[in-house]
Amino acid sequence: MAALLFFLAGTGAIAGAAGVVAMRNPFYSVLALVSHLLSLAALFLLLHAEFVAAAQVIVYAGAVMVLYVFVVAYVGGQDEPLGPRPGSGLRVVSLVFGAALFIELCIATLGSGLSLIDTRGTPVGAGFGSPGQIGELLLTRYLLAFELASFLLLIAAVGAVVLARRRGGVSAADDQARYSAMDLLRPANTGTMAEAVGVRRRLPPATERAGATEPEQAPVTDADR
Amino acid sequence: MDIGWYLTVSALIFAIGAAGVLTRRSPLVILLCIELMLNAANLALIAFARMHGDPDGQIFAIIVMVVAACEVTIGLGIIVAMHRRRLPINVDELRELQG
Repeated sequence: MAALLFFLAGTGAIAGAAGVVAMRNPFYSVLALVSHLLSLAALFLLLHAEFVAAAQVIVYAGAVMVLYVFVVAYVGGQDEPLGPRPGSGLRVVSLVFGAALFIELCIATLGSGLSLIDTRGTPVGAGFGSPGQIGELLLTRYLLAFELASFLLLIAAVGAVVLARRRGGVSAADDQARYSAMDLLRPANTGTMAEAVGVRRRLPPATERAGATEPEQAPVTDADR
Repeated sequence: MDIGWYLTVSALIFAIGAAGVLTRRSPLVILLCIELMLNAANLALIAFARMHGDPDGQIFAIIVMVVAACEVTIGLGIIVAMHRRRLPINVDELRELQG
């Protein structure tokens, strides 16, 4: 039973990986990677890594792939011709490189002479890889790695916002269209809730160009509406 | 199944990912192929953790997943910034990082 599940999941993982490389449209590549990740989660379950399998499905196949799908839809996943430019032999070189790498990795792992590599592993208890055990290890023995990982995630989130924000650009036309009657009721720069979310009081059109360079107005144009 | 079979699957996925990084030109697909290689490494780590009966390898795999998520976030942010600046989404034409 375990052998059958292994061959099913392994075939799915390898087919998904091949689909990522071979699909012409990036959108289909992302979908192939989702199936690859789900098959890999099944392999993790066969290896008694329950928590890692659950995190793989929820975090990877869920959240990260949704991010991918959004970016592919935003950038516009146009078809690209497979392989490098016609005339260059890079495709053949990459295939040869992949085959050589596979053979070399097999030699390095299977020929390593590890005594347990032809067994099913050492017998483990029922709690091996459970969320309780992983959580206890993360909060006691690997606390430093855990905190560093959370700090790294914070840096990545801030970096993504800085990279992907809109700088200046088309906001001048947007500002003209947002002149509403509510602006007459709100005095300027009094800290209203509308100012906090970026709906500023417009200046009159005659002075707008002069006022557009005031420092307190500059950051709002960066907001990504 | 023996641990060696899992390591073989891991090596094959890693080789497919490496060949994909060399072959494809869209940075989106190159990021996906890097994900493939990281996942192959995760599979090898978890197989070795099972082999020794020691959950340390699973902790290592979780940290690798965190780093992969950070790499994806920054990479997709760079791709969105490239798209905003009307740069071509093609690594053959983008040879330098300035402006």
